[in-house]
Amino acid sequence: MSFSYLPHTEAERAEMLEAIGVASMDDLYQGVPERLRDFSLEAIPTAKSELEVTRLLTDLAGENRSANQFASFLGAGAQRRFSPSAVDWILHRSEFLTAYTPYQPEVSQGTLQVIYEFQTMIAQLTGMDLANASMYDGSTATPEAAFMAMRVTKRNKVVVASSVHPEYREVLSSYAVGPGLQVVQAPLSGGFIDRDRLRALMTDEVAGLIVQVPSFFGGVEEGRELAEIAHAAGALFIVIADPTTLGVLEAPGAYGADIVIGEAQAFGNPVSFGGPYVGYMACRDKLSRQLPGRIVGATVDSRGQRCFTLTLQTREQHIRREKATSNICSNQALNALAATVYMEVMGKEGIFELGNVSIQRAHALAAAICEVPGFSLALPGPFFNEFVVRSPLPVPELLGKLREEGILGGIALSGWYPELSDCYLVSVNELNTPADLDRYVATLKALTASAAVGAR
Amino acid sequence: MEALIFEKSTTGHREAKLPAAGVAEKPLSELLPAGMIRKEAPALPEVTELDVMRHFNRLSQLNYSIDTNFYPLGSCTMKYNPKVNELAARLDGFSGLHPYQPAETTQGALKLLHDLEKMLANLTGMERVTLQPAAGAHGEFTGILMIRAYHEARGQQRTKVLVPDSAHGTNPATAALAGYEVVSIASNDRGLVDVDDLRAHLGPDVAALMMTNPNTLGLFEEDILEIAELVHETGALLYYDGANLNAIMGAVRPGDMGFDVMHLNLHKTMSTPHGGGGPGAGPVAVSKRLVPYLPTPTVEFAEGQYFLSFDRPESIGRVRAFFGNFGVLVRAYTYMVTMGRDGLTQASRDAVLNANYIKAKLEDLFEVPHDQPCMHEFVLSGDRQKAKGANTMAMAKRLIDYGFHPPTVYFPLIVHESMMIEPTETESKATLDKFIAAMRAIANEVETELEVVTGAPHTSPIGKVDEVTAARKPNLCWSC
Repeated sequence: MSFSYLPHTEAERAEMLEAIGVASMDDLYQGVPERLRDFSLEAIPTAKSELEVTRLLTDLAGENRSANQFASFLGAGAQRRFSPSAVDWILHRSEFLTAYTPYQPEVSQGTLQVIYEFQTMIAQLTGMDLANASMYDGSTATPEAAFMAMRVTKRNKVVVASSVHPEYREVLSSYAVGPGLQVVQAPLSGGFIDRDRLRALMTDEVAGLIVQVPSFFGGVEEGRELAEIAHAAGALFIVIADPTTLGVLEAPGAYGADIVIGEAQAFGNPVSFGGPYVGYMACRDKLSRQLPGRIVGATVDSRGQRCFTLTLQTREQHIRREKATSNICSNQALNALAATVYMEVMGKEGIFELGNVSIQRAHALAAAICEVPGFSLALPGPFFNEFVVRSPLPVPELLGKLREEGILGGIALSGWYPELSDCYLVSVNELNTPADLDRYVATLKALTASAAVGAR
Repeated sequence: MEALIFEKSTTGHREAKLPAAGVAEKPLSELLPAGMIRKEAPALPEVTELDVMRHFNRLSQLNYSIDTNFYPLGSCTMKYNPKVNELAARLDGFSGLHPYQPAETTQGALKLLHDLEKMLANLTGMERVTLQPAAGAHGEFTGILMIRAYHEARGQQRTKVLVPDSAHGTNPATAALAGYEVVSIASNDRGLVDVDDLRAHLGPDVAALMMTNPNTLGLFEEDILEIAELVHETGALLYYDGANLNAIMGAVRPGDMGFDVMHLNLHKTMSTPHGGGGPGAGPVAVSKRLVPYLPTPTVEFAEGQYFLSFDRPESIGRVRAFFGNFGVLVRAYTYMVTMGRDGLTQASRDAVLNANYIKAKLEDLFEVPHDQPCMHEFVLSGDRQKAKGANTMAMAKRLIDYGFHPPTVYFPLIVHESMMIEPTETESKATLDKFIAAMRAIANEVETELEVVTGAPHTSPIGKVDEVTAARKPNLCWSC
């Protein structure tokens, strides 16, 4: 039989069986018990040509309407962003795309150097001493950071702000049952961490305080104060930071973070219905041997040249087995490559502009929305490029009507925060043109006028 | 070698430009707390687009890849990555979908996830599948958390997980991360799980046995039905490490063998690119009794609509934000519908054929610790060559000079000087013959020109790497 990607002819198969010294393929499967061989793969269709497959997939994709077909104001941990053409061009290079994990440094210097540059730039952005070769995503980096804090402090409780992405907190809770980590939520006041109640929670049993800056709501907390509260309790201060804001926002390392984690998807990776994304993790030098995942180091070869290699591998599962710092085996190397190309193309100036354009436009839109009768910002205090809008119309109805006008207006919060059931989260960045902002506001005005809703 | 991008940076050089905000800009000091405005710009490079393109193109040339070379890597299944998979994943209707878009606008994506689940359940003989885990080891963790939830729902506090001594390192690491004590089970002289040793370790404190079949020696565990019965009799569950699934598609199903939960490595079996270390995707398939514990959300279909269901009161919860590595799932789906049921079956048969062919052509020169037919991979020992002065690592490095990626070496741990070879089904007989010739030439060099082997590689862009200095004085970041 002939199938795509299977090179053998029947004659070659026969020749190989003969070389092996068996009569048929069944002889090679002789260990499989007879009674296990009877089943059918009826749910899997029969083979198709590439032309048929292309049509099938194009049709399936066509049953979706991508965010690019709307003026999209959706964010919340998945960001549609501009990606310079160079990024996808490089990703297509087969030598990166189809390479294996760089366990053999002699044939993997390309991947290794890319990761070293990724580590360097993540460390620079976050103001930390070092970073690893990437995590699955921001959400899974969260429990890994908590476990790191547990190992370092030998305590088994973490306090996590309720303004951390709800799905990240769910992942943290799922993971926590393994090593018996106790997770305590720090309550909010007006969307920001309630300092007094936080201080009360920060006992000498707490391994780490986890906060997100900007928060899930886009709010920018005073980080130095939070760091002091964590450190006063002898806990590590763990910051989840959106790297697209770090050209403008102070580096978490500068205000006292011990571990910085986050999601770098927005650096050159498409939203892609939630994945693959690329988490990052950076920390202080003294924590380097507690860092999970892969790390690349610079060294020299026998010819005296600088070269790169995976290092500190004695922390890892393939050597330490049940004593490893984590079970992570894959990283997100290709997505980290996209982020690396992105950061190098954007450069020092570009990373500032990225944050600045986003924050300026977000504040302009927020101000304009507040001028529409009945709309207001739900949470007081400084925000970056995401903010919470309180709507005079029921949120599902409002978002549905905006969608009919070609606008993905935001994300309802009722599922995660029942107290914000009349609110939704709006995200603004360099893809939302001034004309889009005007259209958003004009549409809100038209909708509320037709609903005859007044200011309240 | 290629300079670091930071060494090419010139103050003032610029590539990407963003449009101006186009709105009335405010000073940052009006928008942010004073202490939260960045004082020192991050030291990202300042280079031109041409600098960047040359940099990465040169770096790419320092890598091996499937599209340029053969990877006979045991347990890693480095098969060809079809290009139509890439095209499919990049369609705007997939790559441009935001995970929080309303379901009305994502019906095609949800259908793909739903159908992929059905296909994987059928292929593995399992009841349902979660597509959420981002990698194989992440899938293992998800599976073990479900096992824990299952026992806890029965009011049982089981504390141990059994793992064969030949197991992948992720198995014990995962079990430990999930809070279990790890107990190693011996292999017998045929390279299979020693059933007597297993029996001796089973008891009411055991939560699960984690194994793979075929095992990491490339051998089919012929006693699997007896093993499954023994494990289940004590109330423990059986976990299947799907790393070796490429050997058995269409031949036998883990569900039928008695496994309760398994992960799949889609980046291996379903031909999605490794990307230099990821992204992967590690869906987890479960038997009926573990369905209640699947992570949220699941993809369901009712009244003509696909939707995400969060109605799983006994769920272990989320293991990842959103729905998993969707782009990888699109590639795997594309591969499965291209190959079809018969193509997947034939792929496994050819993978097994190729491994046995290479083994037959090398067994006169290298030690073969187990003589039954192998599945899609097999293990050689370099003991004979080591006695003459060239260990397995030296021979692996010498293969680079012949244009091949080294096999997996020094794993599994239970074979001295092990070399684990997995050709996969996508390599032609001509390539296999070249590889066999290279291995034979190296065995000959060990006899006649030992230094050529022990000094290898000679043709790679870098020489022997000083790993010790790298670990003792870590340099993990440029001028940090």
